Amino acid sequence: MPVPDTKYFFIDPNRCIGCESCVQACSECDTHKGHSMIHLEYVNRRESPQTLPVVCMHCDSPTCAEVCPADAIKRTEDGVVQTARKPRCIACNNCVLACPFGVPKMDTHMELMMKCDMCYDRTSEGKRPMCATVCPSQALFFGTREQIADLRPRSRPINEFKFGEQTIHTKVRMMVPREATVNHLDVTDGMFDSGDDPQADDMMAATLYELPIIS
Amino acid sequence: MEHDKAPKVSFPDGRPECEQPKWRRDFPIEVEADEYGARRDFTKFMVLTSLAFVCGQFWIALHTFFRGYKPGEQRIAKVDDIAVGEAMSFHYPTDRDPCLLIRKSEDDFVAYSSQCTHLMCPVQPDLENDRLHCPCHRGFFDVATGRPTAGPPRRPLPRIELRIAKGNIYATNIEVSAS
Repeated sequence: MPVPDTKYFFIDPNRCIGCESCVQACSECDTHKGHSMIHLEYVNRRESPQTLPVVCMHCDSPTCAEVCPADAIKRTEDGVVQTARKPRCIACNNCVLACPFGVPKMDTHMELMMKCDMCYDRTSEGKRPMCATVCPSQALFFGTREQIADLRPRSRPINEFKFGEQTIHTKVRMMVPREATVNHLDVTDGMFDSGDDPQADDMMAATLYELPIIS
Repeated sequence: MEHDKAPKVSFPDGRPECEQPKWRRDFPIEVEADEYGARRDFTKFMVLTSLAFVCGQFWIALHTFFRGYKPGEQRIAKVDDIAVGEAMSFHYPTDRDPCLLIRKSEDDFVAYSSQCTHLMCPVQPDLENDRLHCPCHRGFFDVATGRPTAGPPRRPLPRIELRIAKGNIYATNIEVSAS
């Protein structure tokens, strides 16, 4: 039974309070017990306590699956990109390096990539993902478009992301302020560090210098 | 900026599937297009196939045990047609079942199905040595009992029960004995 067409996952980073409920809830799930598939990233830890929950965005053309040499990452017909198939995954780390959102995690002990699959065991039965059920500020919201429009009149969902030449459309929506212009990250900027950039992009710096440590 | 059409299959360069390189079609990302044989599927296949074989064997066994088939009586020959120490062939119960009638002495007749119980080759009489000889793989049967004495056959030849009345020889039944 697929995930209902009308339901979407909305991430609202503005509302995230960094309470780690989602991380705890995710790591309690039996399908990956003890491992959280949701990452709670600090946007710029030196300047602000603002955190950002990162779940798999479920792209329509998943880069992780494109680069998988073992054919282990598959997408179901409802657009949910599943975690790597255990018999096939060869722990080569390609998906971890390729994913522009930094979602897949490599567990070297198990020689297996694991990533969020939007709690497919729950969402395919009509339930909400575990992180969305526990989020106290509803930074993680799973529901219909009408619901989110009523709840967040000053925000709008976006699901188009540009990384350099690549445009990605995702199943998971990111909430942004309604009037805000969306700047896309040019990944090649990091290659040409002029050093005298008056408006340094914190996100870019974090991307370049604070690579997430995978345990 | 919310892009609502979720294409069924999309590729990074945006071109349709027919224009993609062959390796993309060989390694599809969609689950339905992926052929995946799990160990469990293979085990299921093995178990079910073995079960089918077992059922087939039982079916054959039941057929063998409950064969309510009794061939009718059939006149084979006159007593005078066959000399002592000779054999003649006849067909019983149907034209497709070759048999051998052997006259061992003046009033001692035996008859066996002449299909070797190894691989159904026709058995040749070798009455000087009191045996029947299958030339295909050098199988030998005892004339008196029909039991195999040498070679690959393991089961005795089916014995045809005879009745002699008024100078005629009648075949009445086939006696298939287990080894």
